Amino acid sequence: MILSLIESIIALGRLVFGAFSALGRVVIFIITTLSHIFRPPFYPREFASAVMNVGYLSLPVVGITSIFTGAALALQIYSGGSRFNAPEVVPQIVAIGMVRELGPVLVGLMIAARVTSSITAELATMKVTEQIDALITLSTVPLKYLVLPRVLAGFLVGPILVGVADSVGILGGFLVATQTLGFNSATYILDTINFLTSADIISSLAKGAAFGFIATLMGCYYGLNSGRGAQGVGTATKSSVQAAAVLILAANFLLTAVFFTA
Amino acid sequence: MITFDNIHKSFGANNVLCGVDLIVDRGQSMVIIGGSGTGKSVLIKTVLGLVTPDNGKIFVNKQDMIHAKRDNFLSKFGMLFQGGALFDSMPVWQNVAFRLQRGHLKLPKTKAREIAIEKLRRVGLAPDVADRLPAELSGGMQKRVSLARAIAADPEIIFFDEPTTGLDPIMARVINDLIRKIVVEMGATAITITHDMASVATIADKVAMLHDGVIKWCGTLDDMAHSGNSHVDQFIHGRAEGPIKTLR
Ligand SMILES: Nc1ncnc2c1ncn2[C@@H]1O[C@H](COP(=O)(O)OP(=O)(O)O)[C@@H](O)[C@H]1O
Ligand SMILES: [Mg+2]
Repeated sequence: MILSLIESIIALGRLVFGAFSALGRVVIFIITTLSHIFRPPFYPREFASAVMNVGYLSLPVVGITSIFTGAALALQIYSGGSRFNAPEVVPQIVAIGMVRELGPVLVGLMIAARVTSSITAELATMKVTEQIDALITLSTVPLKYLVLPRVLAGFLVGPILVGVADSVGILGGFLVATQTLGFNSATYILDTINFLTSADIISSLAKGAAFGFIATLMGCYYGLNSGRGAQGVGTATKSSVQAAAVLILAANFLLTAVFFTA
Repeated sequence: MITFDNIHKSFGANNVLCGVDLIVDRGQSMVIIGGSGTGKSVLIKTVLGLVTPDNGKIFVNKQDMIHAKRDNFLSKFGMLFQGGALFDSMPVWQNVAFRLQRGHLKLPKTKAREIAIEKLRRVGLAPDVADRLPAELSGGMQKRVSLARAIAADPEIIFFDEPTTGLDPIMARVINDLIRKIVVEMGATAITITHDMASVATIADKVAMLHDGVIKWCGTLDDMAHSGNSHVDQFIHGRAEGPIKTLR
């Protein structure tokens, strides 16, 4: 009885210790990567291809998910609002819901699925096939050549993707509201514009930057720390997407608390 | 000169290197032989910092390799990896010219490409291979591209990890001769890992045998035939019976 209690305390201790040392490793990883920002050589071509991959190629999936979400949101708010005789709040709530919450979260989760997984699989495969080792012997620092361009691209492109998601989501709500719920288009647009504040928009874009950073960072971290063989690549990919999704949702809560509880 | 001083390395309970001592003189071609899984690749990776030894010291030209910055060393270094380790996202010529396209050694694109094609020719590959992707090549061709990449910037120190494994005997001969030529012509210091006794005969000035985590024997190529060492004899004659276990 006492023995098993001690055992579980030890297990708990190990868990906590493990979590902290993992955090420490990630922090060191971030600091070392960022320390390369202003030190040459620079790799503009790697950066451009990362922007393409993280940003441009994510546009379709981000657009499609947010238009459906905005549309569904409009329907929900209309029926929910009707319960206390306020169905006319659709434009305002769709706008605030998309911009403050759903736009950034959708983008975060979509790039965790799309970008984090592909970065991890790519870097882990490079690690397993000794391509990372080869890079080092060719006087190239993997953190500078592989990680920095991707993380930077995530950080800079995240807000743009969120901007797209917010707009397309609002458009989805607008289409449903004007086509099926009988809202007037001009009033809908005015209601949306007048309601949103710059704080709403800034918080939305800031979340985009944070989520883009987290998604690409987790992709790189798990990729470069992959175990050996095909199984190592599989495990790394699974863990990275999981970690990115959880961290993005946690960061979403924290950032929301920071922005809107003052 | 490369000096390994009492190198130890374990992976968990797997004690791979248990006190390796070895000296490779400048301009010398050292060949390391030993069964598969004895830690030959791990040993040369310790020099590059790709594997950190648990214990022991490594010096290259008197410079401590474990704590010092390796930038200087790496700029004069080339390595052929056991699996080729080509960058599969870029065409063959960009792999070969990798070093010549960025950093201090950066050359104009056409010049870098020219050198890449010249190095490809030296390893027996036609210019039309230059624009293909590594995945489109056979294993043996990948190996040769990797060799071309290793010698692209005319390194002073070169490591070859199983350069002829997976090649047909004719190509193996070409590569062995090429490695010998690189060492003689460029005066490079080379460490080659191989199981191929033809490679040993062509490439080696000195031979070292790694077994049970230590260098069991080290001597010149001429001494190897009458080393009087049962491990070496078993290995070079490929006998199943002897001190080296066949179950590992
Ligand atoms: N990164 C690593 N993690 C765990 N074990 C490793 C690692 N690298 C090598 N090993 C183990 O070390 C031993 C020697 O490997 P290696 O040096 O590749 O052998 P070889 O002599 O055939 O080149 C093997 O048992 C291998 O499994
Ligand atoms: Mg090996």
